[in-house]
Amino acid sequence: MHVDCKGDASLTIVGKEVTYLPAENTARKPLHRDVIRGLQNILGASMVLHRPEDLLLYEYDGSVEKGRPGAVVFPTTTQEVSQVVRLAAQHDVPVIGRGAGTGLSGGALARTGGVMIVFARMNRILELDLENQRAVVQPGMVNYELTRAAEAGGLYFAPDPSSWKSCTIGGNVSENAGGPHTLAYGVTTNHVTALELVLPDGEICRVGSRHGDSVGYDLAGLFVGSEGTLALVTEITVKLLRKPENVKTLLAIFDDVDGASETVAEITARAITPAACEMLDGWTLRAVEDFIHAGFPLDSAAVLLIELEGLAEVVAAQVAAVEEVCLEHHAREVRVARDEQERELLWRGRKNAFGALGRIAPSNYVLDGVIPRSKIPQALRRIREIGERYNFKIGNIFHAGDGNLHPIVLFDPRDAGQYQRAIEASAEIIRYCVEIGGALTGEHGVGMEKSELMPLLFSDDDFGLMRRIHDAFNPRSALNPGKIFPLNKGCGEITPRAQAAVRAVPL
Amino acid sequence: MALSPIPGLIPVYEDYARCIHCGLCLNACPTYRLWNLEADSPRGRIHQMIHVEQGEVPVTDSFVDHIDKCLDCRACETACPSGVEYGKLVEYARARIERDYRRPLLSRVARDVVYRRLLPYPKRIATVARLLRFYQRSGLQSLARFTGILKLFGLDKRERLLPRVDSNFFYDRLGKTFPATGERRARVAFFAGCVANVTFAELNAATIRVLTANGCDVVVPNGQLCCGALAAHAGVRDVARELARNNLRAFLLNDVDAVVTNAAGCGSTLKEYDHLFTPGEPEYGQASAFAKKTRDVTEFLTALGLSALLKALPLRVTYQDSCHLLHGQKVREAPRKLLRAIPGLDLVELPYSDLCCGSAGVYNVTQTDASLELLAEKMHCASATGAQVIATSNPGCLLQMRAGAEIYQSNQQVLHVIELLDQAILN
Repeated sequence: MHVDCKGDASLTIVGKEVTYLPAENTARKPLHRDVIRGLQNILGASMVLHRPEDLLLYEYDGSVEKGRPGAVVFPTTTQEVSQVVRLAAQHDVPVIGRGAGTGLSGGALARTGGVMIVFARMNRILELDLENQRAVVQPGMVNYELTRAAEAGGLYFAPDPSSWKSCTIGGNVSENAGGPHTLAYGVTTNHVTALELVLPDGEICRVGSRHGDSVGYDLAGLFVGSEGTLALVTEITVKLLRKPENVKTLLAIFDDVDGASETVAEITARAITPAACEMLDGWTLRAVEDFIHAGFPLDSAAVLLIELEGLAEVVAAQVAAVEEVCLEHHAREVRVARDEQERELLWRGRKNAFGALGRIAPSNYVLDGVIPRSKIPQALRRIREIGERYNFKIGNIFHAGDGNLHPIVLFDPRDAGQYQRAIEASAEIIRYCVEIGGALTGEHGVGMEKSELMPLLFSDDDFGLMRRIHDAFNPRSALNPGKIFPLNKGCGEITPRAQAAVRAVPL
Repeated sequence: MALSPIPGLIPVYEDYARCIHCGLCLNACPTYRLWNLEADSPRGRIHQMIHVEQGEVPVTDSFVDHIDKCLDCRACETACPSGVEYGKLVEYARARIERDYRRPLLSRVARDVVYRRLLPYPKRIATVARLLRFYQRSGLQSLARFTGILKLFGLDKRERLLPRVDSNFFYDRLGKTFPATGERRARVAFFAGCVANVTFAELNAATIRVLTANGCDVVVPNGQLCCGALAAHAGVRDVARELARNNLRAFLLNDVDAVVTNAAGCGSTLKEYDHLFTPGEPEYGQASAFAKKTRDVTEFLTALGLSALLKALPLRVTYQDSCHLLHGQKVREAPRKLLRAIPGLDLVELPYSDLCCGSAGVYNVTQTDASLELLAEKMHCASATGAQVIATSNPGCLLQMRAGAEIYQSNQQVLHVIELLDQAILN
C-alpha cells in the first residue's frame, strides 16, 4: 500500500498526473463574470446564485467538511444541465452535483470551487408504473416522497437512509446509499435499473434498461456510487417493492454487548434474514431515550432492534425463533411492538439517534466503518478504548446485521484542538476496521472525508484501475474533483481542511 | 451609537450549535418545499443567523428577506432529531432585525400601526371591525369585488382573506363567569384573544358552552388583552412584553386549574411567556407559572375526559393540524381524539396535514403569494379526502382555509374542532 506524495500542487498516483489543485488554492476564487453571465443566459438570473451570502449556504452538508462553490445553479431540465456542463467545460471550471445536501462525507461539496448544480428543482416523478413496479424520477425527487406516491399501489422504494425524509434519489444514487433495511434488500444499486446521464462534455446518454437484466456491461451499476465523478445523473429508473404482508419489530434488551453481538451472528447462522437488525450501545441508548422515550431501558448495555417481514405465517415462526436466540444469549427481555404506533416509536428511537446526540455535544462526527459481523464485540471494545485515550464520548449506533458501524464522536468545535483530535480518533477507528478485515465506508460514500484514507484499503494497482475508469469518462476531473481519490496530503490520514462546519458563535 | 439590548430570551451558543446541519428539516419546511433554496430552509436560516451573530455578515436586505419569508410554523422543530428550538432562534433574529434594520417607509408605518397602535387596544380593534362590517354588509364589498377596483390596487387577493366581522362582539362577556352544567369538575380561565373578539365571537361562545357542558366553571377575566404572539413573532418584543405583563395581572392563576385558549397560535405564545423575560426580571417567575398553566382547549378537554352526552354527526371530516398546536405545542392526538369521540363522525386523515396552510399569523398579508401557493396545495389535498368538513384548531387557519374553500369552490365547511363538538352536544 503506497501512495507517492509530490508536494502541494499535484499528486501522483501510479504515475499519472492529476490535474486538480488542492482545495485551499481555488475554493474561494470567484468565478469569472463571463461564466456567471453565461449561466444566467442559460437559466435566467433567478436560477443562478453568485453573491457571497448565498454561496456560503452551499459550503456545508451533513458532514463536518466544507467547500464553497463559485456559483450555484438550479436547472429544471436535462437540456439545461447539459448546457451548464458544456459552458463550465469551455471555461475549465469544475461542476459539482448536489441534491438536498444531507450527505455525510462531503460528496456534494465544492472542494475546489466551481459551479454547483443543485437538482432540488428537478424533483418530479416522470412516470409511476405501479403494475410493473417501476418509477422514473428526476434526481431531486425526495426519497420519502417517492414512497408516499407509491403507497397508493401498496409499493415502496426500499433504500431508506436515516435522512430519507429529506434526501434525494439522485444523492442516493451518487453515494449508493444504504439504510437500516439494507440487510435484506440491498443498497441503492440493487434498486436502480436505468439512468440518464450528462457526461463531462455535456453529452446526454442513457444506460441500463427498464426491465430485466441488462445485457453486456452493467453500466448503470458503474455509475451508481461513483459520487458524481463520472457523470451527472438526470433521470433515474427505480424498482419499487411490494409492501410485505406482515411486519414485526422486536426490541431485545441485553445486559452485555457480547450477548447482543453473538445474537446477531446466530440469527443469520439460522438462515433468518431480518429486514433490519440494528444495535445501539448502552451509552447511546440512554442519550436517545432521554429525548425520544422509545422505551429503551436505561440500565441495559445494548439493545437490538430487529425487524422481520414477509407472509404472516413465516413472520410468526421467525419471531419465535429470534426470540429464542435472544434469550439463549442472555437477553434480559424481548419486546414485540404490538401495533404500528409502537413500531414507529422504536424506529424513531433509531432513526433520530444521531440527531439526539446533537443535544449532548455541540458537534459530532459520524463514522461509517464496516467490519466482519463476527468481530463486533472486539471492535466495540477497541472503539471504547480509543475514546478513552482521546478523551471523547463515542456512541455506537449501527447496522449490526451487516457489520456496518456508525461510531459517533462527540466534540466541541470551539476548541480547535478537540476538532483535530476528533479527526485523529476517527481515523484510528477506521484504520482498525480495515485492519480486522473490514472497509472504510458502508454507505456514506468516500467523498472528501475519506479520500485520504483510501490507500488503507486500495493498492496502487487498484487505484490504477479506478483511475482508468475515471479518466475514460472524466479525464480532466471536470466533475466533482477532489472526491474518492486521495489528494496529496495525508497519505492515510484524514486531514482537516478547514474548521468544522459548525463554528463557534462568540456570544 | 450603542444599541439598546434586546429584552427577553437571547439564544446562546448551544442553541445554535444543536443544529448539526443534517438537513432533515428541509423537506418539512413549507418554504423550502416551495422554492428549494437553502436560504429559505431552516438549516440555511440558522446558518444565516450564525453568520450575523458572529458579526461576519451585517443584517442585510437578503437576511431580512429570508427571515421574513419564514412562516414560523416550527415544522422544522418536529422534524429535527437534534432538538433545535428554531422558534426561539427565529424570534430572536426578528427582534434583532427590528432593532438593527430600517425597513422601507410603508412597511415601517404598517408595522407601527398594527403592532403598536391597533392590536393592544380593544376599542380600536372594535372601531376597525365596525368599519369593516359596514364594508362587508353595505354592499360595498360586492361592489368592490364586482368592479374589479381591488385588482387595480393589487388588493384583490388579500381582500379575500379578510375575516367576516361578527354581528355581536365578544367583549360583553369579559368579566363574567359561566358556571358548569351538572357536577363541577374543573375551573378554568378563558383566554378570549384580540381580533377573535370581533371575528370569532361565536367560536368563543361555543368554546364556553363546550367547557361548561363538560363540567367546567369558565371565568373570562376582565382586562385581558392580546396575547402578544403577533408582536413577538414580528420581533416587536417590547409590545409583546407589555401585553404579557398586562395578562399576568388580569389572570388570577391560583383561582383556576388552567388557562384555556381555543387559538393554537395564542396558546403557543402563552406557553412560552417566560421567553419574553429573563430569569433576573421580576415577571419571570409569574410568566413561567402562567406558561405551565396554559392549555389548548382540545388538550384540556382530552385530559379531563368528555362528560357531556353527544349526539351523532354523520359527517366525513378531515383534520388540518394547526402548526402552533402540533409543532409549537406538540399536541397531535388531542384534537383527533375529540373528533373521534363524536358518534357518526368519520375522521379521515389529511395527507400532509402537518404542513402549514399558509395562514401563519399575518403571513398571508405580508407574503400573500407564498401563502396562497401553500393554500392551493392544502385545498387540493383536502378536496381529495372527500371530506365535507375541514376541522382545525386555530382561528387563523380557519380564516385561511375558509378563503380557500371559497376560492376553489370546494363546497367544504371549515370548522374549529370545538364547533363540531358544540354541534354534537345534546342540550
